[in-house]
Amino acid sequence: MSKILDVQNLTIEFTTESGVVSAIRGVDFHLNEGETLAIVGESGSGKSVITRAVMGILAANGTITSGSIVYKFEDGHEVHVEKLEDHILSSVRGGEIAMIFQDPMTALNPVIPIGKQIQEAIMLHQKNDAGKKMSKSEAHHKALDMLKLVGISDVEDRYKQYPHQFSGGMRQRIVIAIALGCNPRVLIADEPTTALDVTIQAQIIELIKDIQQKINFSVIFITHDLGVVANVADRVNVMYAGKIIEKGTVADVFYNPRHPYTWGLLASMPDINTKNAELFAIPGTPPSLLDPPKGDAFAARNKWALNIDFEEQPPFFDISSTHSVASWLLDERAPNVGIPDLVKQRVSQHMSADALFADAEEEDQ
Amino acid sequence: MAEQREVVLKVQNLKQYFKVSKKLTVKAVDDVSFEIYRGETFGLVGESGSGKSTTGRTIIRLYKPTDGYIEFLGKDISGSLNTTQKNFVSRNMQMIFQDPMASLNPRMKVSDIIAEGLRIHKLCTAEEEKQKVIEILEIVGLNKDHANRFPHEFSGGQRQRIGIARALIMDPEFIIADEAISALDVSIQAQVVNLLKKLQADRNLTYLFIAHDLSMVKYISDRIAVMHHGQILELADADELYDHPLHPYTKSLLSAIPLPNPEYEKRRKRLVYNPQMHDYEKNPPIWHEHTPGHFVLLNEDEIKNL
Repeated sequence: MSKILDVQNLTIEFTTESGVVSAIRGVDFHLNEGETLAIVGESGSGKSVITRAVMGILAANGTITSGSIVYKFEDGHEVHVEKLEDHILSSVRGGEIAMIFQDPMTALNPVIPIGKQIQEAIMLHQKNDAGKKMSKSEAHHKALDMLKLVGISDVEDRYKQYPHQFSGGMRQRIVIAIALGCNPRVLIADEPTTALDVTIQAQIIELIKDIQQKINFSVIFITHDLGVVANVADRVNVMYAGKIIEKGTVADVFYNPRHPYTWGLLASMPDINTKNAELFAIPGTPPSLLDPPKGDAFAARNKWALNIDFEEQPPFFDISSTHSVASWLLDERAPNVGIPDLVKQRVSQHMSADALFADAEEEDQ
Repeated sequence: MAEQREVVLKVQNLKQYFKVSKKLTVKAVDDVSFEIYRGETFGLVGESGSGKSTTGRTIIRLYKPTDGYIEFLGKDISGSLNTTQKNFVSRNMQMIFQDPMASLNPRMKVSDIIAEGLRIHKLCTAEEEKQKVIEILEIVGLNKDHANRFPHEFSGGQRQRIGIARALIMDPEFIIADEAISALDVSIQAQVVNLLKKLQADRNLTYLFIAHDLSMVKYISDRIAVMHHGQILELADADELYDHPLHPYTKSLLSAIPLPNPEYEKRRKRLVYNPQMHDYEKNPPIWHEHTPGHFVLLNEDEIKNL
């Protein structure tokens, strides 16, 4: 598997009235071809800012102060996205990396029929078989195909309709059709299902996974919902206060979490079996990034915090070839803090998911 | 056992229609009945547009019910209300809203927001009021320095605590929490839920908890009703509902919840609910008690096949 996107030591700052906000404070991650990478974090953790930087659509008051974002084209040549001029960037943006957002209504133009909006994207970014610019009718056919691909029926009629004539789930499908109409190699999905009902959410997630199988592309999935992560992701990056604090495969992060923040996240969510026991709540609130803490940003909310956590930021410690965690607890000099019982319990319950299914299958028969 | 418990709220055949135009009337709540007992948390779940919020708003009388009967603490509150009745409702029933920023007046100090109810009902002197506000702030996990600040100075979780304080200061019997935690981050949600549970234990409060997040509803509720298109399709104890769902809609809803468990997620099969599967033309659905306390809205043929 080769890296399609490689982000090194990325730092992003926003100048605001109240001062400089260090939104991203040194982030490294990469995306492999064909995989789904989930970035999880709470609001303000910087998960969306990262993807906006990758797309070159940071707000005007935001600057990349250091680091690099390298995108690798299919033919193997590489570009530094953060250094590209706007007019060159537009060949990467959309055509190579496409993005879908949380609220499909604001992403669509309310006064243009949806078919035309898809056609527009296709004509901008795709060539026909002869390698020339697509004609309107070719793009029209392609747009109909895209609508079918995202599971919309009566495509000829639907093509002429306006966004308000569709439900929220259908609108998100249209947005996906526009994004994929550009034939991208990377799809960034920024909380694509947060505004949707749980049954519609399930449909959209299935749709994305399904299309990913049909036409191979990589996905960066931004979300705060750990259930969704468990469903879609191959690998997970957990973010807190502008840094990645734990990264690994889904199994690593869900079955062997090692950062106290990840423990907190997993234990603060009730699952179907939790009852009566008090939820494990992470005390306090995330730090202000106007004046980020000197040491580990999570130290103030962490009951296992060591003295060094308040002094110095932890480096990444490797647990396995796929799993690494930024926490001083994993330093060999640190006291041995095992995974807390509550989290262990959760994990063992999860590992015995077989039992859960045995029940369900019995009922089916 | 349920029969011996004191009923705080009784809703019978409640209907709430909205006339949109001459031709179109939206039946947001269509013939809904349930009872809520003292000290319990009654969860109301459904997707957007199912009428769950409208039900809550009609109960607290933000709307005048189109038809049906609402009894609160033994008093009928379903018709037109006079001032005494209105005061009775607003003193004993309070609501916590979803978006704490939108539900707190940005130009009012926290102390004024929290004390507004006391002032309207002329419940205490200015001195007592100050005391009470400080007391309640501490109960919800804020402190007295916060009293003189404005809503924008707080984080989302803290704002929701202000919303809770505002409801609590009236010393209500019954609180309607309408998506009260949906806008909060996971770790903050847990804080607020723990607070709500603690308050319930300390003050013997009764909650109507309206939400779309099924795992949180299951955790917090004693009994749960599932709403769809203005009707309650199934009502049961929380565990019973999750372990033995009867209505196909409930089953599809439960099968759609993603859990933080990759192994489970790989194997989860989603069930699809198609309302057309019911043949209700000649055989209309009835409210059937399948096992004690477990009700479901299905027709006779479907009940036979359960």
